[in-house]
Amino acid sequence: MSIEVGGRTLETDEEGYLVNLSDWSEEVANEIAKAENVAMTENHWEVVNFLREYYNEYQIAPAVRVLTKAIGKKLGPEKGNSKYLYELFPYGPAKQACKIAGLPKPTGCV
Amino acid sequence: MTDTRDEIDAEEGAGVVKKFMFVNRKAPYGTIYALESLEVVLISAAFDQDVSLAFLDDGVYQLVKGQDTKAIEVKNFSPTYRALEGYDVEKLYVERESLAARGLTEDDLLVPVQVVSAAEMAELMEAQDVVIGF
Repeated sequence: MSIEVGGRTLETDEEGYLVNLSDWSEEVANEIAKAENVAMTENHWEVVNFLREYYNEYQIAPAVRVLTKAIGKKLGPEKGNSKYLYELFPYGPAKQACKIAGLPKPTGCV
Repeated sequence: MTDTRDEIDAEEGAGVVKKFMFVNRKAPYGTIYALESLEVVLISAAFDQDVSLAFLDDGVYQLVKGQDTKAIEVKNFSPTYRALEGYDVEKLYVERESLAARGLTEDDLLVPVQVVSAAEMAELMEAQDVVIGF
């Protein structure tokens, strides 16, 4: 599978996750988000950027429970809870936000 | 759907909790064992199990600081051990004899661990419900 962004063809796996992490850009993120029916706001970007930083530091995409806890620690309890994160990313904050962030699917996610 | 998510989370957490120990004996690269072990550990932790890790023999090299895998063209996954704390996996046991035999000390490791003797390690294994070797 692949997606088209700005005239470039980017390879994805069968679920739409980017194969090459280095293909990612904000433009690519917007394109993936559009396909997921997610309208990116500042709050969405905050989570996506957080995920990219997390990946950069630990070389994995966090499980949703870990993400929720880490977001709470960094951005406060009003954002570090399932309700807030699922409202932003209805198909799962880890799963869907990781896809938009150009990261692999979190380990342990089915 | 006010608080339902959190209630579901709480219910899921109420399942059976077993004591799992993952025993790592191999060097981090050259075989897939270390990486596979780490993945299983992360999955077990996501299911709220009581997870501990043991590092013996060449397995102690998995935790050594400053790993550089550029020359062998594989991913350096050692930073992921530092993520374990966020998964509430905080019981990392390293066998003293294995460290000593390789000229390593606790200061050479990239995460906080408990260094235990071979005899203590045997007791820890005895206390588990499940011991899985990699």
